[in-house]
Amino acid sequence: MDDIPPYPPIDPTTFDLIVIGTGLPESIIAAAASTASKSVLHLDPNPFYGSHFSSLPLADLPSFLSSHSTSPSPPRSPSSDDPNEFSLLEFATRPLYSSIDISTFSPNLLDQHSRKFNLDVAGPRVLFCADKSIELLLRTGTNQYMEFKSVDATFVGDNKGNLWSVPDSRAAIFKDKSLGLVEKNKLMRFFKLVQGHLAGEQDVKISEEDLQSPFVDFLNKMGLPPKIKSFILYAIAMADYDQEDTGVCRDLLKTKDGIDQLALYNASIGRFQNASGAFLYPIYGQGELSQAFCRRAAVKGCLYVLRMPVTALLVDKDTGCYKGVRLASGQDIFSQKLILDPTFKVTLPLGSSPPLPLKEKLPFFSLKDDKGKIARGICITKTSLKPDISNFLVVYPPRSLFPEQVTSIRLLQIASNLAVCLPGMFVLYISALCNDDDQGKKLIHAVMNTLLTVPLDSESNAAVQSETAEIGSAVQDETSESSSGGPSDSGEEKPTLLWSALYSQELTLGQVDFICSTPMPDGKLNYNDLIDTTFKIFQEIYPEEEFFPETSLENPEVDGDASPET
Amino acid sequence: MHGRPRKAPKPEEEAASVAKAQKLRALQTQFFSFHHNKIHSPSQTHLRNRKRKQKMHGRPRKAPKPEEEAASVAKAQKLRALQTQFFSFHHNKIYTKEAVELSAKLLEINPESYTAWNYRKLAVEHYLSQPDCNPDWIKSVLDDELRVVENALRQNFKSYGAWHHRKWVISKGHSSIDNELRLLDKFQKADSRNFHAWNYRRFVAESMKRSEQDELKYTEDMIYKNFSNYSAWHNRSVLLSALFEKKAEGFLSKEKVLPEEYEFIHQAIFTDPDDQSGWFYHLWLLDQTVTTDSPLLASSWPGHGYDVFLVEDRCYNGSAFSPFTALHSDSGSFPIVLYFNQPVGGVSSSTVTVECGFNKNEDLLWKPLSASNSQTARVWVAHLKIPSSDLLSTVEVSVGHSKGIISTRGFEYSHPSMFSFKVHVQPMERDFSQVSVAESISLREENFKIYGSQSEESIINSFNQLSIKNGHESTASNWRSEALAKEIECFRELLSLMDCKIGKLTLARLLMAYDVMSYPFANKLVHSEEVLELCSDLMKLDPTHYQYYKDEHSMVLLQKVTSSKESLLQHCFQYKDSVSSAICGPVCLRLNNLSLSRMGAFEKLLWVQMLDLSHNELQSIEGLEAMQLLSCLSLRNNKLRSLTALEPLRKLKLLRVLDISYNQIGDHSIDTTRYLCSSPLSHSVGSESNKDETVTSDVALIDNWEAFYIFKDFNLNQLEIVGNTIADEKFKSVLVKIMPKLKQLDGKLLG
Repeated sequence: MDDIPPYPPIDPTTFDLIVIGTGLPESIIAAAASTASKSVLHLDPNPFYGSHFSSLPLADLPSFLSSHSTSPSPPRSPSSDDPNEFSLLEFATRPLYSSIDISTFSPNLLDQHSRKFNLDVAGPRVLFCADKSIELLLRTGTNQYMEFKSVDATFVGDNKGNLWSVPDSRAAIFKDKSLGLVEKNKLMRFFKLVQGHLAGEQDVKISEEDLQSPFVDFLNKMGLPPKIKSFILYAIAMADYDQEDTGVCRDLLKTKDGIDQLALYNASIGRFQNASGAFLYPIYGQGELSQAFCRRAAVKGCLYVLRMPVTALLVDKDTGCYKGVRLASGQDIFSQKLILDPTFKVTLPLGSSPPLPLKEKLPFFSLKDDKGKIARGICITKTSLKPDISNFLVVYPPRSLFPEQVTSIRLLQIASNLAVCLPGMFVLYISALCNDDDQGKKLIHAVMNTLLTVPLDSESNAAVQSETAEIGSAVQDETSESSSGGPSDSGEEKPTLLWSALYSQELTLGQVDFICSTPMPDGKLNYNDLIDTTFKIFQEIYPEEEFFPETSLENPEVDGDASPET
Repeated sequence: MHGRPRKAPKPEEEAASVAKAQKLRALQTQFFSFHHNKIHSPSQTHLRNRKRKQKMHGRPRKAPKPEEEAASVAKAQKLRALQTQFFSFHHNKIYTKEAVELSAKLLEINPESYTAWNYRKLAVEHYLSQPDCNPDWIKSVLDDELRVVENALRQNFKSYGAWHHRKWVISKGHSSIDNELRLLDKFQKADSRNFHAWNYRRFVAESMKRSEQDELKYTEDMIYKNFSNYSAWHNRSVLLSALFEKKAEGFLSKEKVLPEEYEFIHQAIFTDPDDQSGWFYHLWLLDQTVTTDSPLLASSWPGHGYDVFLVEDRCYNGSAFSPFTALHSDSGSFPIVLYFNQPVGGVSSSTVTVECGFNKNEDLLWKPLSASNSQTARVWVAHLKIPSSDLLSTVEVSVGHSKGIISTRGFEYSHPSMFSFKVHVQPMERDFSQVSVAESISLREENFKIYGSQSEESIINSFNQLSIKNGHESTASNWRSEALAKEIECFRELLSLMDCKIGKLTLARLLMAYDVMSYPFANKLVHSEEVLELCSDLMKLDPTHYQYYKDEHSMVLLQKVTSSKESLLQHCFQYKDSVSSAICGPVCLRLNNLSLSRMGAFEKLLWVQMLDLSHNELQSIEGLEAMQLLSCLSLRNNKLRSLTALEPLRKLKLLRVLDISYNQIGDHSIDTTRYLCSSPLSHSVGSESNKDETVTSDVALIDNWEAFYIFKDFNLNQLEIVGNTIADEKFKSVLVKIMPKLKQLDGKLLG
């Protein structure tokens, strides 16, 4: 923080809105506000766009993670003895990441080419071809700043290292080699039932009672075998928790929601001609999304200043109302509204409570109830987990790896053709919801041990090994003994791990804040929930304004632009 | 039909096409009414567009906006001007650059202009015949053509003319064929089911000698992309047939390939049983499994070991004659009938040898018995002269000892077989004509007595001689019945999961095929009850195709009745108490009141001389021509709708008594079947009809030419026709004129 260059003062000094942090929600709000002709100042202490939604070079990722793993003492602001009419409330950051564990097995190779990597901080994440993020990109014309490629398939993994393709369409059911004829028939009839229901056909309506019942009960009622049930629940509807164990399930899916998920998935397949799967991934990584919205905002007049930490909040001494912020450069900037990156918090002077008016203005939006943590892992390999296919998603349904696994683990393999790594390499993003760091590590390690060979010539490897020992010998035995069989690896070597980063991310803030904060990366596979929340925040601060009004935009032929390149 | 063999429509095809035709007809009616009344509101335009939409695999078209309508008028005007100019060039044989370019422009707008394509062909020929023509130039001329075709196809890739022109250009052999494959990939990506592209693909594959295996792999890829693709499945069947025929490596035996194909098609059928394309391929596979390549002799009359009693005068008194094998003949000859399991050609005195003391083999003339005039048929007949002197002689018949009998699918008869029988001749004792005048046959209930009830042993014994069996050897190798058994199991499973009409029909077909294949000698039809049940079920489930299922039901019922002696004997009755009839044998097979809609199982009924099919629902008696010994037939109370439906009877030379009373002949003013048989007024009948020129000039006969055509060859003594709309007094007088030998009409003796 001491290398802050001497910035020229920002002019003007008063804005309608100041946004701090360039994560995706902040960027969308900045773009939306700019579109609504608000004057917006968008600040980020980092030298790059995206904050916790960014894609970083290999060398920069560990330092970014660790910079958010402790609570650094905020830089001393010049003084709190300002003789003006404001009180200063100092900013601090709260730690977001914990148990950061970086292992390098091929230091030379990776260090030399660190900048060739674009590693997502909040992976694995994709865009469903028909989800809200795509709609938003198309509606705002932001898609013109980005290019996408298709994530070609979804697989379900098991503890033997097999990857079973998910029969997610008529053609896929037909082609699938692992399903029996009866299973194919039942699954296709279920899909048809859902399609008929969605199309409003009278004779195939699903009853209201069924719609309100748990999805898993409905699947049972339809007589679907366990394997297919698991495909539908975890690899298509993307449920996180074990739906059949109400004791641990925190996201019990109703039939209605399950069917909506199927509809989304179904609408995603084949939406774009050259996307064979249901998902898209941006070339150069997920960080491109935030950046694209920032560009969109900039076009509409938003002012951008990177590398600019904010040190304190300016509050009216008398009313306690928010007035502005003090920048690290010492300049004070004023605005009507303020949006903060979720890692910021305001430290109140010891022993004092916030001024009364602030209390009254306590957050209209606070992050949801305790949702635990999310464990994330990034692995780099030189070979694909599956020959002949490079970009795909793998889902490990609850209890598919070991009995105590109560959440789905998702893995996304992205190849160098998406410009996220050196040519010929592959990046694996893994994530799973967990209660604490230990449980999270265990989940990520279980996947890594099933799919990867971890070299022994590194001291950090010992950590991985000892970790796996804790998982329980049962799992270890099963995975090692079975790794030779199974159709997917068919005698081939498991890919060797070159580099990995494991970390846990907070999902909650744990305290109620009184400033408008954007959501942090969630445990979902796509951006739907984040976009919903962002929309709500925008509505809250600008109830009068439309969120990206429908206009006869500059580029009406958006459809063509959105489709991924071949 | 684009080289696809035309088959009788199956319910699954028909359902779609009937629905489509109905919809189209309704649309058309409405459209014409608008058209004639010059109504042009938007909703009607929409209707017109819906009609166009029919072809497009359900992809919607938008109704045109007014400005689009205006544009299309302008386009038509432009097109008309172009056309006029084009025709003037064409007629004056002008092939200048400008003229040829004009035709290209025309084709780009309207690829359906065949004249323009032909003009371009002439132009190319003209260029190529120029003396200064060199290879480079040829290539550039032909490349131009390819470009024009490509543009035309871009306009309409279902243009026959354009695809044909492309074939023509490529056949010149100066263009790169690899390029064609690339172009096709592009087209087939845009519309994977377009049969024009698939047709052209077969042409290209053949031209570039691409292996069938590669093409097979291609169909597989296309099917994996979307298995609702008739064209791809069809091409697969074409390729496999070619590979089987070639005996290509890996395709030597169907035994290896077909189970894999079954496995493949199951994936499609189980995934989406509502999709019809898969069922078609399954039907093809079933056909491949069931049909033995080389034809077989299914049965014959007389059968092996028969004692045939030939009676020139029916008034024999000896009960020593078997009522089942005694035959009366007034024509001095008796027939030998060969019944094959599939239509064959090439039956002649050189391929079939008949050895007996009283006929020279070379004199025998074998005739095919088929509805059409083709030279192939399942049933062949030859007539032997009755020996006058020999009282007892043995006849040996050898079939297929020398090559020449070939099935319509091109397979050689390869199971030479031989049968022999004895002929006993009962010489004429009385004057035949006197008796027959007085005799009248009446197939009424009171005239029949059931056999067996009086335990007439001799009759039972002689019945045993008929040796009812499926004549063909068990050539069915194990894999065929194993494959069928597997399929049966598979479809039982499907039906346990869901109600599925085509599934039921397929199961019924499989069970029938399995019975025939697995028990060729056992005469057991273990599944017939189940099949009958499935058919009845389908009649209720799918009323649109009631008639088809009814027909199937009838066939299975007949197979069941004829499957064992016991069941057949239950339908055999003794006509009157006496065995003395001059016209027919004493045994009558009564298949009345079975609600049959179709007749079948002929191969087991060749011996029948008296047949009662009354009180059924027959609309057609197709195949009955095989029953060469029939002399007495009742079709009373059926649903025959036209005289032409009686066509098979023309081939029954021994038929003397016919009852077609109480049918629906003449009920329907339009008899569609009449167009299937040739009019005596046309030249095609030629030699047959010239025997009586005066008859054809008779006005009454011209008005009733079907009657003339059907009845003129009959040798009937007795005809019942009452109870048909057509049978008024005038018509009856016509009949008497046509059949001067007729002695009795509707119970009245004729003078």
